Amino acid sequence: MTWTWFHRLGSPPYIYALAARLTPWFAWPAALLILAGLWGGLVLAPPDYQQGEGFRIIYVHAPSGWMSMMVYTTMAISAAIGLVWRIKVAHAVAASCAPIGASFTFAGLVTGALWGQPMWGTYWEWDPRLTSELILLFLYLGYMGLRAAIEDTQRADRASAVLAVVGVVNVPIIHYSVTWWNSLHQAPSVMRLARPNMPPAMLTPLLLMLLGFTLFFAAVLLVRLRGEVLNRERTASWIREAVST
Amino acid sequence: MSASGAPAADALAGAPARAFSAGSPAAAHALDAARLALLRDLRLAFRKRGQLVQPLAFFVLVTMLFPLAVSPELARLRELAPGVLWVAALLASLLALEFLFRDDAYDGTLEQYALSGRSLTGLMFAKTAAHWLLTGLPLALMAPLAGLSLGVPPPAIPGIIVAVAVGSVALSLIGSVGAALTLGIKRSGALLSLLTLPLSLPVLIFGARATQLAINGAPLLAPLELLGALAVLGVTLAPLAAAAAVRISLE
Repeated sequence: MTWTWFHRLGSPPYIYALAARLTPWFAWPAALLILAGLWGGLVLAPPDYQQGEGFRIIYVHAPSGWMSMMVYTTMAISAAIGLVWRIKVAHAVAASCAPIGASFTFAGLVTGALWGQPMWGTYWEWDPRLTSELILLFLYLGYMGLRAAIEDTQRADRASAVLAVVGVVNVPIIHYSVTWWNSLHQAPSVMRLARPNMPPAMLTPLLLMLLGFTLFFAAVLLVRLRGEVLNRERTASWIREAVST
Repeated sequence: MSASGAPAADALAGAPARAFSAGSPAAAHALDAARLALLRDLRLAFRKRGQLVQPLAFFVLVTMLFPLAVSPELARLRELAPGVLWVAALLASLLALEFLFRDDAYDGTLEQYALSGRSLTGLMFAKTAAHWLLTGLPLALMAPLAGLSLGVPPPAIPGIIVAVAVGSVALSLIGSVGAALTLGIKRSGALLSLLTLPLSLPVLIFGARATQLAINGAPLLAPLELLGALAVLGVTLAPLAAAAAVRISLE
């Protein structure tokens, strides 16, 4: 039937081979887009009239922040799919997402701090976005911690999936409560990074970087997924054939 | 009813299904089972009163640390009071979470609950409600004492009690999910706080805000309503997630 392609996605040998085949299709465009975005952002784009050259960190910072949320959503969706339909591969995808998402979150925090030093005069400001990003990092760490603490893979899959779903319900609540909290303490005295009226010379490289980061995530996810599948199926007989070729 | 868990659970599984005049028999069963589980938890807790006092003593101790560490000036302490009260309450409720499922998981009661055929979600809700009655409510009643020692003006006390009482409902519910997820993990204390604290931050924010407004003598209905909304959301979703997590831990 027409659904066979979907059911095959649940089969570890099939997904292992598919991931290997698909990886270059994401990795090469990602590399090209990121290179083009960096060239456009670091060389071609004019310096900002208020922030000078310092604004260029946005080309790494904003895509990292965007990815940190997108990866969490991807993780929670695949965890929910694994939980509801008991698809092992979906759990493997969720497990592969977590370290990538945590790395993007960390990159977003570090670049935010580096940007804050010249702009705000301090590495850390309790800015609502930075704060919710920090909380997101802890959500990732909790997810990975729970997964690491449970030895049985199936139990770890299902327990961490419940946590991911609970987390995704909470992320918007946390985000808005942090925004609300901060607006009580201080008026937004600093410039917002994402101003709507960005000239095209600045905006185009940013969009290229966003797309490039997304494809980069897909490529890394596929590589990690292969490792995850290999580890989970290490006793299966198809592994020997797959690895020897 | 005996003090050990398993016979109590037996009694629960075989409890006569007294049908209520309204509602389906299944809903009546679930309510009956939840009521029995709630009463059982309360009865067991009152037989071990020492455990009940521990989180409260911890709460008062943590608030006491601040005058010693920061300054004994009441004016400065009053400024810190909302934060101190809520961080202490958050930590105390985290500490108390350990008792929520541990004994029942150890003696097999949770397994019997899962096998009883009654709604595990309802039973989880009952257990969390008992936990709140035993830790959250006492914390709320203890908050005036801690508040007064931090220089909070007496007119602010009723508002603080209500805020802690409502906020601790949400804390108990969030905590029940974390405690259920870490069932069966050895030395799970640090992991439990890593899972629970980020999810509790909205409660901390709105709770501290309500306390701040109470101290300033301002109307505090808005943050209280938000705390109530968090509690209602928790009541709707947390027992479901906790039940799923308990089932997973029993697999």
